[in-house]
Amino acid sequence: MDRAKSVCRRLIAGIMLAVGPGGAAMAQAVGAPRPWEMGMQRGFGPLKDEQIWLHDIVLVIITLITLFVGALLVWVMWRYNARRNPVPSRTSHNTVIEVLWTVIPVLILVGIAIPSFRLVYFLDRTRDADLTIKVTGHQWYWEYTYPDNGNIDFSSYIVPDDQLKPGQMRLLTVDNPLVVPVGKNVRVLQTSGDVIHSWFIPSIGIQRYAIPGRTIETWFKVDQPGTFYGQCNQICGTNHSRMPIVVRAVPEKEFTAWLAEAKTKFSDAAQPQRREIAAAEVQH
Amino acid sequence: MSATTHDHAHGHEDHKPAFLVRWLCSTNHKDIGTLYLSFAVVGGLVGGILSEIMRAQLNFPGNHVVADGQTWNTIITSHGLLMIFFSVMPALIGGFGNWFIPLMIGSPDMAFPRLNNISFWLLPPAFILIIIGLFMGESGSGWTLYPPLSNQTYETGMGMDCTLFALHLAGASSLLGAINFITTIFNMRAPGMTLHKMPLFIWAMLVTAFLLLLSIPVLAGAITMLICDRNFGTAFFDPTGGGDPVLFQHLFWFFGHPEVYIMIVPGFGIISHVISTFSRKPIFGYLGMAYAMVAIGVIGFVVWAHHMFVSGIDVDTRAYFMAATMVIAVPTGIKIFSWIATMWGGSVELKTPMLWAVGFLFVFTIGGVTGVVLANAGIDEIVHNTYYVVAHFHYVLSLGAVFSIFAGFYYWIGKMSGHQYPEFWGKVHFWLTFIGVNLTFFPQHFLGLSGMPRRYPDYPEAFAGWNFVSSIGAYIGGVALLVFFYVLYRTFTSREPVPANYWGEGATTLEWTLPSPPPYHTFAELPRFR
Repeated sequence: MDRAKSVCRRLIAGIMLAVGPGGAAMAQAVGAPRPWEMGMQRGFGPLKDEQIWLHDIVLVIITLITLFVGALLVWVMWRYNARRNPVPSRTSHNTVIEVLWTVIPVLILVGIAIPSFRLVYFLDRTRDADLTIKVTGHQWYWEYTYPDNGNIDFSSYIVPDDQLKPGQMRLLTVDNPLVVPVGKNVRVLQTSGDVIHSWFIPSIGIQRYAIPGRTIETWFKVDQPGTFYGQCNQICGTNHSRMPIVVRAVPEKEFTAWLAEAKTKFSDAAQPQRREIAAAEVQH
Repeated sequence: MSATTHDHAHGHEDHKPAFLVRWLCSTNHKDIGTLYLSFAVVGGLVGGILSEIMRAQLNFPGNHVVADGQTWNTIITSHGLLMIFFSVMPALIGGFGNWFIPLMIGSPDMAFPRLNNISFWLLPPAFILIIIGLFMGESGSGWTLYPPLSNQTYETGMGMDCTLFALHLAGASSLLGAINFITTIFNMRAPGMTLHKMPLFIWAMLVTAFLLLLSIPVLAGAITMLICDRNFGTAFFDPTGGGDPVLFQHLFWFFGHPEVYIMIVPGFGIISHVISTFSRKPIFGYLGMAYAMVAIGVIGFVVWAHHMFVSGIDVDTRAYFMAATMVIAVPTGIKIFSWIATMWGGSVELKTPMLWAVGFLFVFTIGGVTGVVLANAGIDEIVHNTYYVVAHFHYVLSLGAVFSIFAGFYYWIGKMSGHQYPEFWGKVHFWLTFIGVNLTFFPQHFLGLSGMPRRYPDYPEAFAGWNFVSSIGAYIGGVALLVFFYVLYRTFTSREPVPANYWGEGATTLEWTLPSPPPYHTFAELPRFR
């Protein structure tokens, strides 16, 4: 099964590469939506890979079921049309077929449920976290904290449309992305400072609500260095569409260097307005 | 002598009160049904105009049809609530339910005629409150009303309170209606009509009424707590006071999930009659069909947290809700296959109502199978709240439930009004709608898989292509609505006499034994059933 899975995954990746323009950036992956995309965003970590694998199976099953029902409908409309079949039968029972159309769907559902249970437990949380980050939703920005690394703490705001540099995507670009090391299990703790938000990155395969008064744990892992884009996915007020999420995955060394730099860049002394905001929030 | 008696009897049956008394103080199930149906047209029209505004805004990225995010959020809230509480429910439950429960079970009226009147008259004030909330621009929480966003802190104005109170009124209306329906169905069936001989539409309304009876009080409790949080300093859902926002989600979806079956189960009933009539065959697997609806109703109450897979609920809880949700596919599959089996071997005539019914089977199947995808908590983690969900629930509701409403309309309009619809324009209406709505909602599956969040007034350029297609579809759907109004015009100006049973031998339920339109009072003498 694993072999089939990897073949399947490679096939999909190959198709995506052939179709999509982002194929050249193997070294620096970009996890973002593409124009006229008809399926899921490509995955860059085990969570999304597993989700895509299950989704592809279920998609095949539901497509077959829909085609089957559609074909039956066309057949009965054609074969049993009043012109072709002027005298209707009076059949209204057939125990065998009624049992069949109950039992077969049950079997199909059990077939879907087994990998589905596996997936839901796999996605839940990680036992061996290499790093913990805390994500706090605010109206309308994200706040990222690194409790393992001296509580580095910074805010991530959208870059307004008129300040975008060429090549930056509108509504998807932020000033300070979340930086994580490649290939490490990252534990995510989420909460919110005001209303409910949702931290959602399609290409990594992670989504959880950020709910005030609760801390919700989940995890992710990124396979390749690159930049991965997401958006707030729970209605949170007027600027709901203007608090994107950007995760930058870098090799371990680069991550250590970034940590050192971030410690000074995001220290309270370097960003005095932060203290004011924090004070205002406490008062509020 | 006999002629005089007949005239007298006829005069009594057709004794209608004066206009104002007849329509404002109505206790007649047919008049109240007509009021509900007319109201549903108004609600659907306003909700539909909001849809067109939304699709115009989403036609291109960076559009400015809607002023700002708050206005947008208010529009999506009102659109959802209007379509659910002021269009689909009044049409299916208040409209067709009131008209055809008494006619199909051979009872002279509903059990509590005056209660029926207040059920309807609670709706117009509720509608006005929703419209106030819309125009004040202060109910931007989405129809799910999740606190803290719906709290005083974040939605400061009276508009949100108006919207909440509108739900109270609409809820009370539905609750009273449900009590009336249950009492009528249990106590007023014609002699000989046992539960297992009831038409499937009656079974559907009975299941729906129980769903309403058990779920609406939970919604009422939740919004009462929310109103108290907003205005009277309580903290049921406020974590700073020891409350819990997730509690609201549980309460809301304990109502909200049965609510989606409240909207679709009456449609199941209508579709069964239309398919049986136009196949000239009795329904296949009657008992299976009836108990499939009962099963859907029962299971519908134990799956609510599948709307909350990313709300941080425990992984074992997620596993349970995932399994329970998938179970619903089984009775639903039984229904789909039984409908097809009804057509199998039949003598199928594709008149307008049948076109809508077959269209229903197709779109409901698509909406159903994407439900199986969403039930998988692991996959749901990346499609939750995306356009995939929007596509899914519009396929079952905006397409499924609405197709069943139109199937019922074309099936029964001759019976209700005594005027027959124009067949050609009915078919034009169907095909335009079918193309329009599929073009609108099918591409939204792609947007959702690609990660476009719902409730966004603006989106990154990558989503522009399918959004454009979707908007074009919505405009076609809008034109189809205009065609529907032309159909209404042609229907009510038609002078062709309509016989009692204009569908012929396939239509076997009691309403077809009455003239079209039926006299003001029917079944003064109880019919004997079989």
